[in-house]
Amino acid sequence: MVVQVRRTERSLELDLTGEWRALQFAQIDAALAAIDLAGTRRLVISTEQLAALDLSGAWRLREFLKRARDAGAEVTFRSAPPDQLRLIDEALQAAGAPAGASGQGPGEPAIRPLTFIGRESVLFGQDLFMGFAFLGRVSVTAARALTSLKRLRPISVARHVYDTGITAMPIVALIAFLISVIIAYMSAQQLRNFGAEIFVVDLVTIGVLRELGVLLTAIIVAGRSGSAFAAEIGSMKLNEEVDALYATGVDPFEVLVLPRVLGLVIALPLLAIVADLIGLTGGALLCRYLLDMPLSQYVNRANEAIAPTTFWVGIIKAPVFAALIALAGCYRGMQVRGSSRELGRLTTQAVVQAIFLVILADALFAVLFMEMNI
Amino acid sequence: MIYPVVEVLGLVNRFGSQLVHEGLDMEVREDEVFGIVGGSGSGKSVLLRSILGLQRPLAGTVRIEGRDITQMTAGQLRSIKARYGVTFQQGALYSSLTVLQNVQLPMVEHLQLAAAARDELALLKIRLVGLPADAAQKYPAQLSGGMIKRAALARALALDPNLLFLDEPTSGLDPISASEFDGLVLYLQKQLRLTVVMITHDLDTIFRTCNRVGVIVDRHMEIDTLERIVEHPHPWIQAYFHGERARARRSAAHGA
Repeated sequence: MVVQVRRTERSLELDLTGEWRALQFAQIDAALAAIDLAGTRRLVISTEQLAALDLSGAWRLREFLKRARDAGAEVTFRSAPPDQLRLIDEALQAAGAPAGASGQGPGEPAIRPLTFIGRESVLFGQDLFMGFAFLGRVSVTAARALTSLKRLRPISVARHVYDTGITAMPIVALIAFLISVIIAYMSAQQLRNFGAEIFVVDLVTIGVLRELGVLLTAIIVAGRSGSAFAAEIGSMKLNEEVDALYATGVDPFEVLVLPRVLGLVIALPLLAIVADLIGLTGGALLCRYLLDMPLSQYVNRANEAIAPTTFWVGIIKAPVFAALIALAGCYRGMQVRGSSRELGRLTTQAVVQAIFLVILADALFAVLFMEMNI
Repeated sequence: MIYPVVEVLGLVNRFGSQLVHEGLDMEVREDEVFGIVGGSGSGKSVLLRSILGLQRPLAGTVRIEGRDITQMTAGQLRSIKARYGVTFQQGALYSSLTVLQNVQLPMVEHLQLAAAARDELALLKIRLVGLPADAAQKYPAQLSGGMIKRAALARALALDPNLLFLDEPTSGLDPISASEFDGLVLYLQKQLRLTVVMITHDLDTIFRTCNRVGVIVDRHMEIDTLERIVEHPHPWIQAYFHGERARARRSAAHGA
C-alpha cells in the first residue's frame, strides 16, 4: 500500500505511506488511478508517514494534484508540502516552456517515393564523386611518396603484408582446396556420363588458375582486411587521431592509406599463388583417389589444357582487386564521424562494396580477355 | 543499525606483479560529499571499478548499503546497481542514442513505465541538470563538453538513486563551466539528499564541495575531513595541498 484513502462528505483525505520511489512506480500509478475524484471539493494530503519520496514519485504526485485541481478540488497539505514538488517546479521554470516530448529521434518527414528516388540519386552521385576525389588524393600521395623510400613507409607496408597476407594463408589455402575438390567432384559426376572424365583436369586447372583462385582469395581478403581497414581508420577518426596527424603535419593518406593499399597490392597476388597451388593439389588428390587417375596422367593433361597465359591471366587481376579492396576499406574508414553506429555502418559498406567492385572488375576482365583472345 | 553507505575493507588489487591496493579501507557516510584524490596511476579508477562491481578485487570486501557486493551473484548485483548512479570521465553517453534516449535507458531496463511517463520523467531529469529542452533530441556528438557532463549526470539520476559516483566530473571543462557544475552537484546533493563519491583532481572542486577526502598514497587510503587532511604530514599530501597551484588558489581566495 502506498496510499490510504479516507473519504468524508465532499472531502478526500490521502495519507501517503511507504516508499514513493521510481522502483515502486507501477504500484503508485495503480493506487492513484484507483482514486475517484468525482465530486471532491477538498483534497487533503498528509505526508507524515511517507518513508521515502524521490523525484519520480513526486512527479507522479504532482500530476495527480494537477488532475485534482482541474477537477475542481482544492488541494491542501496537512503539513508543509514536500520539497521535491518545489524542486520540480524550479527545474521546469528554469528550463522555460515545456517542449513536446517523444521517444523518437529528430522527426523525419514522411518520404514520398519520388523524393526518395531523387534524394538517393543525388547522394549516390555525391558518393561517386567523393570516391573519385579520394582516388585522386591517394594517387597524388602515391606519386609524391615514390620520390623517396622513407615516405613509402616500408616498415608499415611490411606490417600490412604480414597482417593481410601471411596471416590469411591458412584460410585461403583451406578454401581453395575445398573449392577445387567441389569442382572436380561435380564435374566428374557429369563427365562420367560421356566417358570424358579426363576433362575434369581441364575444368579444375583452368577454373582455378583463371578465375576461382584469385576471385575467392579476393573475396576472403575483402571480408578480412577490407573490414579491418575501415574499422581501424574509422576508430582512429572517432578518437581524433586522424586530426592529430593532420595537426602534426603528417599526411594521414601517406601513413594510413598508402601503406595499406601497397601492402595489400603486394599480399594479394602472393595469396592468389598459394590458392592456385593448393587448388591444383586438391584437384590432383581428388582425381587420384576418386577417378583412379595416376598423378603423371593428371600432370600431362594439365600441361595440355593450360596455355602459357592461363596462370598470368588469373594473377594479373590480383593487384587490381587488391587496390579496389584497400581503397574501399580506407575510403569508408575515412568517412566515419560522430558515432560508433557510423563505424559499423561504414565498415559493412566497405566490405559489401569491395566485393561488388571485385566482381565487377572480374567481369570487365573477362570481356577484355575474350576480346584479346586469351 | 545504520550502515555506512559505502564501506571498503582490506581491499587488495594486483595487476601482474604490480600491487595497486594493499589493504585499502574507505568509508562513506550518508549525505556527505566524499572526494577521492591520488596521483596518476595510484589506483583511483581501479578503486571505483571495484566498488561498482566492474572488477572483482583479489581480496577484501566492498559493502554498499551494508551488503557485500564481492559475494553477490549477477542477479543480486543488478538490484544494487539500480540504487546508485555513475558518471564516467568522458561521459560515456551512448553515441547512437539521443540524450533523451540515454536518460531513458536505465528506466527501460529497471522500471515498468509507460512510454509517455518515461518521456516526461526523462525530460524532468534533463531540465534538472540545467540542460535546455532542445538538447533532449540531440546526439552526444552534437553536445559541448559541459553539456555531455550534464547529460551524463541526468542519466546517472534516471532512477533517482541515493548514491552518486562521479569520475572526474569537472575534467576538461573551462573554469566557469567547472564551477557551475560544482554548484549543480552541490544543489542536487542538498535537494535530493544524495551521498556523492567523486574522484577528482580539481582543487577548486574539492574545496568547494567535499566534506571529507580520502587520499590514496602508498597503496592505502588516508581519510579525514577536508580541514584536517590538508595538515596531514605525508609528503605527497603536503605537496598536493600546498604545492604551487594550491598556494595560488589559496592566495586568490584570501585576496577576495
